[in-house]
Amino acid sequence: MIEVKELTKSYGPTLAVNQVSFEARAGEVVGFIGPNGAGKTTTMRILTCYLTADSGSASVAGYDVQEHPIDVRKNVGYLPESAPLYVDMGVVDYLKFMTEIREIPKFERRQRINSVIDICGLSSVVQKDIGELSKGFRQRVGLAQSLIHDPPILILDEPTSGLDPSQTIEIRNLIKELGKEKLVLFSTHILPEVSATCSRILMINQGQIVANGTLQELIGQVQSDDTVHVAIRGADEEIRARLNEIEGVMEIRHVATGNGVESYEVTTSQGIDSPTELFFLAAVENNWQMAELRHESVDLEQVFLNFTTGEVEETAPIEEIVTQVEDTSPIEEIDTQTEEAVTGITVAEEE
Amino acid sequence: MRNINAIFKKEFRSYFNSPIAYIFMTVFLGISSWLFFRTFFISAQAEMRGLFGLMPWIFLFFIPAVTMKLWAEEKKIGTAEILMTLPIRDFEVVLGKFFASFALLAVTALFSLCIPISVAIVGDPDQGTIICGYLGLLLMGAAYLSIGLFASTLTENQIVAFILGICACFLLLIIGEEIVLFSTPNWLYPIFSYLGLGTHYSSILRGVIDSRDIIYYLTIIGFFLYLSTLSVESRKWR
Repeated sequence: MIEVKELTKSYGPTLAVNQVSFEARAGEVVGFIGPNGAGKTTTMRILTCYLTADSGSASVAGYDVQEHPIDVRKNVGYLPESAPLYVDMGVVDYLKFMTEIREIPKFERRQRINSVIDICGLSSVVQKDIGELSKGFRQRVGLAQSLIHDPPILILDEPTSGLDPSQTIEIRNLIKELGKEKLVLFSTHILPEVSATCSRILMINQGQIVANGTLQELIGQVQSDDTVHVAIRGADEEIRARLNEIEGVMEIRHVATGNGVESYEVTTSQGIDSPTELFFLAAVENNWQMAELRHESVDLEQVFLNFTTGEVEETAPIEEIVTQVEDTSPIEEIDTQTEEAVTGITVAEEE
Repeated sequence: MRNINAIFKKEFRSYFNSPIAYIFMTVFLGISSWLFFRTFFISAQAEMRGLFGLMPWIFLFFIPAVTMKLWAEEKKIGTAEILMTLPIRDFEVVLGKFFASFALLAVTALFSLCIPISVAIVGDPDQGTIICGYLGLLLMGAAYLSIGLFASTLTENQIVAFILGICACFLLLIIGEEIVLFSTPNWLYPIFSYLGLGTHYSSILRGVIDSRDIIYYLTIIGFFLYLSTLSVESRKWR
């Protein structure tokens, strides 16, 4: 449905999207996440033929975005960021206008409008002008607009921004529901949203796809050790000695003592599938009274940090480059050069 | 064609959904009636030459006010992003918007018919020159509209679009004036005098409908609508 190959787009000297490639099929909900300015919106704008890429190719619903933009747009429903709408139009007038432009036959228009009003929960505001609506309702009108022609592909740029928690959940459920038949590509920077709705995650940073896969796959890729919190009744030294014998235990930190219970934070190496099970077995063998056993696994937030900021900060050479540059060049140049250096390093690590 | 119609209807309705259309029509008709009747009873001549002669200058401020929001507002509030990702070609949107603004002008001209009607009641005006005057008015107005529309595609600030529109129309208007032509080099003289918006208008006002004048206006309109389309498309590679 969507096929993107080595898409590149720059605004002047800033590289917004850099060699982005991915594919997505019907029945998928693809979450597009990344920090601000990572290139999410630009990619979406290219896919909806609002902008043209500098190089690379993209095809949507089997049509090339360069050669058949009209056919692409017919198959796509698009909700831009912050749902820009004509504030002086009535809700129904606006949807009617959309049915006309979308070339929905006259006899179907009423039915289509009613159906999107129903899906998006707009029945309480049909009488109003868009300008009178709250942010949440505007967002819904924007969504209704993108659904009006029942497109096989939906591209939504931050569909839940500005909504209250219950509205957010409604929209998420709607996205999930729509994702059963359609391809939904949506961007967000709210991480729980991604784990709640997406069947696949595309993580983008500084214009490049840094991760692509299901949540589980991405968590698996993160090079990070697991932490197990355990609290056991008994003597500190004996417990430590026994804990050290457990497979995969790398470091034991004593956290607290209370009522004869010793609490520890144990770091285990990543290869261990279920560290808690091993700890439990050890407790049974040693006849321990266990007060707490908790496995802190890597969550999406850590994955995100790892793929975006983490890598960059941890890499040493950047500092050297910065210091070298600082001696000679004015400040603006440092920024660009550092950026280049950072991008360079991300590429290198990716490969 | 259906798309142009949809855009046209939306834009035309939006003029009347907002105060713009009412303010435009009231103030325009008010000012032009006043300018007309101020001297009408003194000169006691049943003709509208004087008013038609003033129109290029009145339009200079009124027409860019009609077109300034057409693109600037879409860009400012971001609705252009939805509009330009609908299955519709850029030139269709440009044409739809142009026709909507022209329709507003035509409706206003229709209301202004009360002036020649009252002239006809008190005297016996030459109907031919009045009909020619209206034709010239609409052609020149349409040319102004296309220029204003182009100015509006250049910026997302309506005030800037307004001023730019005035400047562009003003330039194109004065290059045909005698006082400018007087000081232009000889080789530029025919070009300037041909391009001047006013030159063709005054020849239509004289009651002579020359196909060259009509072709001139249609060319100007087509040219600026084409520039508008290019300007709208330029978002893609900027």
